[in-house]
Amino acid sequence: MKVKVLCRNPDDYVRETTRDIQRVPRNYDPTLHPFEVPREYTRALNATKLERVFAKPFVASLDGHRDGISCITKHAKSLSTIISGACDGEVKVWNLPRQECLRTVQAHEGFVRGICSRFCGTSFFTVGDDKTIKQWNWEAPGYGVREEPINTILGKAVFTGIDHHQREGTFVTCGQTVDIWDEQRSSPIRSFSWGVDSFSCVRYNPVETELLASCASDRSVVLYDTRESAPLRKVIMQLRSNTLCWNPMEAYYFTCANEDYNLYTYDIRHLDVPVTVHMDHVSAVLDVDYSPTGREFVSASFDKTIRIFPKDKGHSREVYHTKRMQHVICVRWSADNKYVLSGSDEMNIRLWKANASEKLGLLSAREKAATHYNKKLIEKFQHHPQVRRIARHRHLPGDILKQKRELREMREARRRKEQNVRKHSKPGSVPLLTEKEKHVVAVVE
Amino acid sequence: MLVFGFWTTKICNTRSTQQNRNVLFCLKKDPFPGEAPIPQKQLQKFQRGKKCKVPAGARERLKEAIAISEAMSEHAQKQAARYDLLLPEDAGFLEGDEDEDTNTISQADIADAVDITSGSKYFNLHLSQFGPYRLDYSRTGRNLLVGGKKGHVACIDWQTKDLKCEMNVMETVNDVKWLHTEAMFAVAQKRWLYIYDSKGVELHCVKKFNDVLRMQFLPYHFLLATASATGFLQYLDVSIGKEVAAICTKMGRLDVMAQNPHNAVIHLGHPNGTVSLWSPNQKESLVKMLCHRGAVRSLAVDKTGTYMVTSGLDRKLKVYDIRAFKPLHSCFLPAGASCLSLSQRGLLSAATGEIVQVYQNVLGSNPVSKPYMAHRLRGQIWGLAYCPFEDVLGIGHGEGFTSMIVPGAGEPNFDALDTNPYRSHKQRQEWEVKALLEKVQPELIGLDPGQLSKVDQASFEQRHKEQIEALGFDPLAKDKFKPKTKKKGRSSAGAIEKRKRKVAHEDQRDEIRQSVQERTEREKELKEKSNEKKLGNKSTLDRFRK
Repeated sequence: MKVKVLCRNPDDYVRETTRDIQRVPRNYDPTLHPFEVPREYTRALNATKLERVFAKPFVASLDGHRDGISCITKHAKSLSTIISGACDGEVKVWNLPRQECLRTVQAHEGFVRGICSRFCGTSFFTVGDDKTIKQWNWEAPGYGVREEPINTILGKAVFTGIDHHQREGTFVTCGQTVDIWDEQRSSPIRSFSWGVDSFSCVRYNPVETELLASCASDRSVVLYDTRESAPLRKVIMQLRSNTLCWNPMEAYYFTCANEDYNLYTYDIRHLDVPVTVHMDHVSAVLDVDYSPTGREFVSASFDKTIRIFPKDKGHSREVYHTKRMQHVICVRWSADNKYVLSGSDEMNIRLWKANASEKLGLLSAREKAATHYNKKLIEKFQHHPQVRRIARHRHLPGDILKQKRELREMREARRRKEQNVRKHSKPGSVPLLTEKEKHVVAVVE
Repeated sequence: MLVFGFWTTKICNTRSTQQNRNVLFCLKKDPFPGEAPIPQKQLQKFQRGKKCKVPAGARERLKEAIAISEAMSEHAQKQAARYDLLLPEDAGFLEGDEDEDTNTISQADIADAVDITSGSKYFNLHLSQFGPYRLDYSRTGRNLLVGGKKGHVACIDWQTKDLKCEMNVMETVNDVKWLHTEAMFAVAQKRWLYIYDSKGVELHCVKKFNDVLRMQFLPYHFLLATASATGFLQYLDVSIGKEVAAICTKMGRLDVMAQNPHNAVIHLGHPNGTVSLWSPNQKESLVKMLCHRGAVRSLAVDKTGTYMVTSGLDRKLKVYDIRAFKPLHSCFLPAGASCLSLSQRGLLSAATGEIVQVYQNVLGSNPVSKPYMAHRLRGQIWGLAYCPFEDVLGIGHGEGFTSMIVPGAGEPNFDALDTNPYRSHKQRQEWEVKALLEKVQPELIGLDPGQLSKVDQASFEQRHKEQIEALGFDPLAKDKFKPKTKKKGRSSAGAIEKRKRKVAHEDQRDEIRQSVQERTEREKELKEKSNEKKLGNKSTLDRFRK
């Protein structure tokens, strides 16, 4: 007879010395691993719960300004420096890792309306309520030397915003008109206007560097090309946009933060309908900034919260608020995609984590693998009701919650009324407008 | 292929420039281009479910998402199938010579023919004082728990014959079962259920569980299912120590019990020949099958949850397909098997009186005529269990315990992250924590364990209906085709109609398909009804019917 009985040599299965790692022979046969789906579901549920447990986004608060913060800008080359301008004309340069103020400059009399840093990282520009544009050195002057701007330009009217070109030495300001300046000249090389009395914000496109966009007070967003002599076109909405930001990865998308509590992402090729309407804020949206990956953006609102939206979704994935943070005026996403900075009108700049449950610092390979696995599990089971309920859960302050409910009621009432009108009128006389189509009034070439 | 050719030329080029400029470089071609082929059977083994069909009218993003996930799934399947080649061990086997029948080969012969370690796996424990023995192997197969009817309970490491604990509980012992590790075991004593430590220290006396006759442990749910003499099926969660469900089965004394390792459903056999399937979520049985014409004596379910083997007082051994609830085949045993056990590789052992017979290839559509192996003992057999991952069958009988060698019974390659017989203390601790974190809730026990991965079609349809009501229009409906107005006279009324007609067939196609389907269904129904009428109940009084 021929016989073989299963016999294992323990030397093959047990480690030789205690300094070795353990031997882990694997067999991926599915019959040895029953209940794949329920076990994975349990792991996904645990991962969601742990993500909520570790969601502690607040990192630090930068304290020192003596008036509300009106603008923040990142350094073009360094991750650890930011500048902020306050409503009393003070400009402070901060070191983020040490959370301390490096330098304070009394830049303007009145509000500091805009700051932008030059692409080379050696100087920055500020504009203020005293109708001046000042260029400052990024490095602090030596001991005993007075703080003086490199260059000062006097303008005829108040400037409300400034932005610098990505590669050349030109910058653009907006106020009563949109002016393009050369750094060497003291008068603008070109001026754009389209029958509007004031512009609130102007931005250069980071990818297509000849394109510009600005938010005007006639509820429109105007597009310009610096190579042309006249503005390209404009889209008029129902309420005014406060700020806009270009998507750093996709040259043709920009998002504008509107007064009607929404943000709109437009494709410059088809301005008649916004690509997405982002609705979640309960008060006017004041600032918006994209993440360097171009996949998400953060918005600051008058309702004392900041929200992070994915670029293609209509609702926010995250909301940050604190009892101490009052109306948030400006917000920036740090260039390493990890942090969000918010400046509010109670004189503090707050540093938040972009992913609330992320562990900071150097992670070991196992920790990274576990984080990736948990993220993928949550993504796989995101539609199951229990997992969705936990993943969606965010605490909101009482008045924001009340306001949200009120807004929902108002929208429902409007929709019901529209439906009734449509039901009781001639079919086809009341057109069916999707949410996206409702907000654009006109596109003017 | 082209890319590969390019690379070889590059490498040859550099070598030639370094060594000898006179050497001609040659384009070597790979004799086996592309990936190594994988046999289809191995790929099938790792396939879970069918390929996902892209639904008609799907959006771009859905199509992309399905394509990506299918590609990843295929890749994972291929990698797992390739890894199969690296498994270290092979299964055992026993082949007789040309005229020799394998069931005539005795255990002593086998023990002589194999090496010493394997030979020592055949041994007898003479414990004739304390009654017929029930037994249980722990999940890793290292430790063995024996319980004699007159109260003797002992746990030993059967490979090293190391005695962990031994005691007499001074009461009738109906059943013994290991819990999730070798630290705790449960003993169903005469009145109540007791839980002991591996050292024999009594940890709990659970009075809620009274008159327990049989127990089954569901390892991934941490549930101990007990069947009592009063007809109650109770579930105890051993990680939190609470009773999860107590079901009054109303089917009399429950002394035949088995679990389906694939979906954690408990099978109970009854004296009226029925087998009922239970889950802790329902007060009624999930399924009731009539299996035998007499009482059901024993049950076993295979590890994939496809086949169930039952034996009854009508001296029949029947094999059923549990997924479709169909009988496959049945064979006749001279005496009904009192105990049945299925090994990890599908060998069935049936015990009748003092004889144990092992059958091969039972699970399938072909009936089996003769046993693979047979062994005769001295006492009446009371319990049978295969040792996981070993070619050993443990038999508890009136004269004690016997361990029998059955080549080809155990799964040769274990997965160390699931059950590792060679795990160290630290590994066991880590495993226990992970297993507790992954503990499946009892609400998920049902006939189909993969139900969570399926789309809940009914609730989707209901929600869709509610959405249409709320919005006043169907957001998923396709808009009617509106042709673009063109310049230069190309958008006259006639041209527009022509363009509309080109696309019209697409809308019509779906409608036609639906109406054809409805019509065929209606015709089928009518046909069946008419068939029934034709064949119907014929009786002699039919000729008087008008």
